[in-house]
Amino acid sequence: MAITSIKNLKEFSTANERFEGAHLLCPGCAHSMIVRELMNATDDNLVLASATGCLEVCTAVYPYTSWDTSWIHIGFENSATAVSGAEAMYKARKRKGTLKDPDAPVKFVAFGGDGATYDIGFQWLSGAVERGHDFTYICLDNENYANTGGQRSSSTPIGANTSTAQAGRVSYGKKQKKKDMVAIMAANGAKYSAQLAPNKWKIMAKGFQKALETEGPCFINTVSACTTEWKFNPKDTIHITDLATDTLMFPVYEIIDGHELNILYRPKNIIPVEEYLAAQGRYKHLFKPENKHVIERIQKDIDAKWEYLQRREEARV
Amino acid sequence: MAEKMELNEIEVWDGNYAASQALRQAQVDVVSAYPITPSTPIVENYGAYVANGYVDGEFVMVESEHAAMSGCIGAAAAGGRVATATSSQGFMLMIEVLYQASGMRLPIVLTVVNRAIASPLNVRGDHGDMYAGRDSGWVQIDAFNAQEAYDLTLCAFKIGEDMDVRLPVMVHQDGFVTSHTAQNVKPLSDDDAYNFVGKYQPYEEMLDFTKAVTYGAQTEEDWHYEHKAKQHKALMDSRDVIDRVFAEYKELTGREYNRVEKYFMDDAEVAIVALGSAVETARYAAEELRAEGIKAGVVAPRCFRPFAFDGIREALENVKAVSTLDRSCPMGAMGTLFNEVSAALYTTEKRPLVSNYIYGLGGRDFSVAEAKRIFKEQKAHADAGHITTPIQQFSGLRGPKLGFFETKRGN
Repeated sequence: MAITSIKNLKEFSTANERFEGAHLLCPGCAHSMIVRELMNATDDNLVLASATGCLEVCTAVYPYTSWDTSWIHIGFENSATAVSGAEAMYKARKRKGTLKDPDAPVKFVAFGGDGATYDIGFQWLSGAVERGHDFTYICLDNENYANTGGQRSSSTPIGANTSTAQAGRVSYGKKQKKKDMVAIMAANGAKYSAQLAPNKWKIMAKGFQKALETEGPCFINTVSACTTEWKFNPKDTIHITDLATDTLMFPVYEIIDGHELNILYRPKNIIPVEEYLAAQGRYKHLFKPENKHVIERIQKDIDAKWEYLQRREEARV
Repeated sequence: MAEKMELNEIEVWDGNYAASQALRQAQVDVVSAYPITPSTPIVENYGAYVANGYVDGEFVMVESEHAAMSGCIGAAAAGGRVATATSSQGFMLMIEVLYQASGMRLPIVLTVVNRAIASPLNVRGDHGDMYAGRDSGWVQIDAFNAQEAYDLTLCAFKIGEDMDVRLPVMVHQDGFVTSHTAQNVKPLSDDDAYNFVGKYQPYEEMLDFTKAVTYGAQTEEDWHYEHKAKQHKALMDSRDVIDRVFAEYKELTGREYNRVEKYFMDDAEVAIVALGSAVETARYAAEELRAEGIKAGVVAPRCFRPFAFDGIREALENVKAVSTLDRSCPMGAMGTLFNEVSAALYTTEKRPLVSNYIYGLGGRDFSVAEAKRIFKEQKAHADAGHITTPIQQFSGLRGPKLGFFETKRGN
């Protein structure tokens, strides 16, 4: 049974203690906030899988573990498949009557970074969603391969400087646009596909609860500001995330059953994207005169996407 | 509750059907699979058993072999009986996850229908895939015909799931020669088979929420080595359990299996060591040569892993010359069986002459006549007191003869 009352952050943040504070994530990393919120959004038993990545290497270094629930890590590409297998076993054992506690509700959740989700594990995720397993996939999207020192992923936005899409004398950084996973997963058959952000924690918790309560595959892309690779002060994680949602660089919205789009957060004052870019070292080079066109392009893309989302919402199709 | 299937005392099954019947009788909880020739019928048949109520399990058809084994790992960690099947390219795609299954000590059964590895693409049987699995930490058991594919698949569950083992197990059979050749197979009744395999015993399962479990932790230089050494020890120690399971199976069926299979070895002067269906060919050749007065024998490692270093030594220490037959191209080295058999025999007093044949790649036929020729060549080595040919040769290869390395070392 999910926790239904979400009144204040303090109460909510201590609702459950299934993710221990002792882990090796960078100070200021948003991953742990997102994971804690997910685990506090339900009282049900949890079977979790993590893809190889920051979350995995920082939470299960033998002989320690931060996970006070069932947790499995296989490889970089297959956290969705790991919970697929566990969920299939749950169904088989429930039918055969071999579960220790057959009546206790269980939720299956897979985590992956954007490397695992957008790139190397794309096929595995797509397969698991298509098969219709009852699980929620949460992408901790920090827009780069942070665990290996900040290489580009297909989630890295255009213009960002990464170690494999470098900004230099003749380059403005990554040339390609970010892949739209929320739309892809909605089209792939996810019953619920959403983009959520930890600064909007009430919306995020409700989104998590919606996904966990929905029967069938759900996908949530969460904005996970990366102090190390986005290059900002660790104390500013939520400030940066505020800028991300309020510039609409990361719009917060959901798509139900592949078509019903709802915008979940509308900034009162939409902030120009320069402010978001200027707050992070990875975009520093864009403020050189010759790269001004990239900032204009990013703003244009944001405006077009926002327009699109609003029209989709209005159209109710 | 699954329907029972009435089986005849003798059925006509090919190796694939035999393996799939063993999966059904073991009442596997989850099969997570991706089809590939020639193992496809195993998972198709399991799907048919599910569709017709002969098993209660979940049949998860995933989008690749990597995902198939990943799904098996998730399912096994959730505390139930798990199996799948693959061959060749599918096996190669699975390899990353094979190591993870054994590293997490999950007793999954994988029926491998051996097939060559591309390039060039080839769907026929050789042992390239089986050899590629040899460091993966799985028990690897080899069936030489359809009856054995059935028997050993049942044994595989009991071996892997034993509390003293808890390791994944592969059961190999040769692509097409075994997998697609219908033979007489004597099955057990559903009840006898299930009672032999036994009820699955969950251990550190993810669906018991009274105790949190972490699967797939990170270990660096401080602990990784100890984990791997323990895993190696578990595989070595599985030898006793394998012997025990084979003995129990003999008691039930009268059919005897040994980690090293010996045929005409009591007084053999020359021997062939082989795996797979070639073992039966070599046995037939040995029998014919016995009539001609050549004391030929055949040794077959029933378990490719754990490798019976001592069993091989004991089986071959009194022969004069032995040819090791590798159905996988070693690419720049001696064949694996040659290396492992030679290493075992190096520790004996008499050190028989050991040579190596590469044969049967990509399904090239291996005939009784060729096996006889190889035996006779061993006899020539034995009579000369040294290896009279290159140490490594190629059997049944078209074009000029190919051979590598020579020695004049005698006994």
